[in-house]
Amino acid sequence: MAETKTKRARGSKKKVDALTEHGISAELALNLMRDMLLFRRFEEKAEEAYAIGKIGGFCHLHIGQEGGAAGAIKPLRVEDYVISGYREHTQAISKGVDPKAVMAELYGRAGGSSGGKGGSMHIFGADVGFLGGHGIVGGQIGLAIGAAWKIRYRDEDSVCVCFIGDAAVNQGAFHECLNMAAVWELPVIYVVENNEYGMGTAFSRVSKTDMSTKSAAYGIPDSCVNGQDVLATYAHFRDLVDGVRGGGGPRFVDLQTYRFRGHSMSDPVSGTYRPTEEVDRRKEQDDPIAILRDHLFAADVLGQATLEEMDAEAKQISQDAADFAENSPIPDAEALYTNVWATMNPNGRLFFDTRERPK
Amino acid sequence: MTTMTYRDALNEALREEMERDPDVFLMGEEVAEYDGAYKVSKGLLDIFGDRRVVDSPISELGFAGLGVGAAMTGLRPVIEFMTFNFAFLAIDQIINNASKIHYMSDGQFKAPITFRGPSGSALQLSAQHSQACETYYSHAPGCKVVTPATPADAKGLLKASIRDDDPVAFMEGELLYNFKGEVPDDDDFVIPLGVADLKREGSDISIITHGRMVHVALQAAGNLEKDGIEADVLDLRTIKPLDVDAILETVAKTNRVVYLEEGWPYAATGAQVISIIQEEAFDHLDAPILRVTQADIPMPYAKNLENLAKPNAERVVEACNKVLYR
Repeated sequence: MAETKTKRARGSKKKVDALTEHGISAELALNLMRDMLLFRRFEEKAEEAYAIGKIGGFCHLHIGQEGGAAGAIKPLRVEDYVISGYREHTQAISKGVDPKAVMAELYGRAGGSSGGKGGSMHIFGADVGFLGGHGIVGGQIGLAIGAAWKIRYRDEDSVCVCFIGDAAVNQGAFHECLNMAAVWELPVIYVVENNEYGMGTAFSRVSKTDMSTKSAAYGIPDSCVNGQDVLATYAHFRDLVDGVRGGGGPRFVDLQTYRFRGHSMSDPVSGTYRPTEEVDRRKEQDDPIAILRDHLFAADVLGQATLEEMDAEAKQISQDAADFAENSPIPDAEALYTNVWATMNPNGRLFFDTRERPK
Repeated sequence: MTTMTYRDALNEALREEMERDPDVFLMGEEVAEYDGAYKVSKGLLDIFGDRRVVDSPISELGFAGLGVGAAMTGLRPVIEFMTFNFAFLAIDQIINNASKIHYMSDGQFKAPITFRGPSGSALQLSAQHSQACETYYSHAPGCKVVTPATPADAKGLLKASIRDDDPVAFMEGELLYNFKGEVPDDDDFVIPLGVADLKREGSDISIITHGRMVHVALQAAGNLEKDGIEADVLDLRTIKPLDVDAILETVAKTNRVVYLEEGWPYAATGAQVISIIQEEAFDHLDAPILRVTQADIPMPYAKNLENLAKPNAERVVEACNKVLYR
């Protein structure tokens, strides 16, 4: 099993002290709870919409992995960059993309973040530093050093956080780009959302070495955090981001997490690649929302009634997003040909399909 | 006008654009301390420093991706491939990211990036280092493709490519770097993309071509002239955007066409141009259009086999004679 092969970080046992231990205020902790509840309810709403055919194509849900979306992104500033793969709905929301625009994008509507042209795997938020939403495993790794290059080129003090899945560390791009990030001391943090499975292949089956070793050859310091414990994750990234912002060079984080759903909506939750019992056990033990709830109950900063109110709010925001998506018009047919080219050169032909096009 | 080499014209274009726009930087293998594998970037490191003229590791996929990310966030990178043969390692970044980011994000991001380097056949470099690569990039929407044949075109088109807000695959002729020609002295000499250039005027037949093959076409036209045949030689200069008006104009004038290109025939630029001609100028044609391309094989090493594989003036003359029913 993967756990025997890979070093797993665990949350603190002294749950009463969790907020103090991580230097996180009650207010911040409650906000992290609000964020994770929203991410969970948003994805459940997407799941529901997919089931009734409102959402098409591939749809990769983040349920179970909300701790990373909240804990790794919330310490960032708006001018910092986040870039990710195709399981990115909640990361986009966490960075500041409107949940309504994300849901409308999933629905393929004009009100979507990409006007319905991108879909689930291509959510973007230029105004909030969310660089997408990329569909090729590891395709975003190079873009991340590009954003970091621009930060350094202009002597800015931002950082770029790049999420990849555990399977992406076997792509060539990972090795090429970590090397360049290190050689040029770029302000980039590579975060492996290590959910132990690349689609249906356990990481231990496709890697001889542990995740913790993957950046060592390039001289990039690694660290490991329990992504199911959002307080630990937040504190980890808060400190890490400060260091990188201060010119500390790139970092590599093994954010250990677990996916409670199938790889995508078209894939089984369990089966030949992981037993149902494993998933059930992990949902029981490693639910980031339950873990934070226990911390907050123990620290006496949250009670059941307030939690239920917060959950109702999250459900309402998700429902509002779905309503917005439902009521958003489908893209105008004229949108088919817009934004293919950033510069429509006055000379020469750029489209060759011989169809009628709007001017 | 100043007479200079194709190499020096490219160097001037890079220098002028880097002087003009502080967001332009050059990255690639050996571009800085080594002055470029083909010396196109000679002296730029001394002028602009190592932040703007950057030696990369041999990681084409990685530094192409870096360029796209930098372009998305506001810079204007020039990414040099030592040759476009090595860009196959980077094609995911060029096609899936650079060429699609504007559409996928519905205009939120753009990728103003120039991928440049030599392309086309070389001398006895065999299969992996001697091939024309433009078709790979012109196939997908979102990437512009430029193939200059002369020093003036190289300079004017590189400046236009760097200023363009879309990704451009700028393909230099590997055998043209020492080719000399006149270049206007105007330090803001820019040739807009999408404007073909009639390199020679004639009325009997049109040889349409691009890149280094322009010179082969001119040689063939010279040979035809001795037989009393006057050929139009139309240099497309840019594959995308494509100057369809100029193509239709020469077809209407001569009614006979040979397409000459350095690459393979299947789904090539000539195939696209011929498709346009038969759709939009069918009634002007007096004969079927023929193509002269590389033999449909990987490039062989042996000198005699290599010569047999490449298009040359004799083959162009032969094709023209067939189209003229001579």
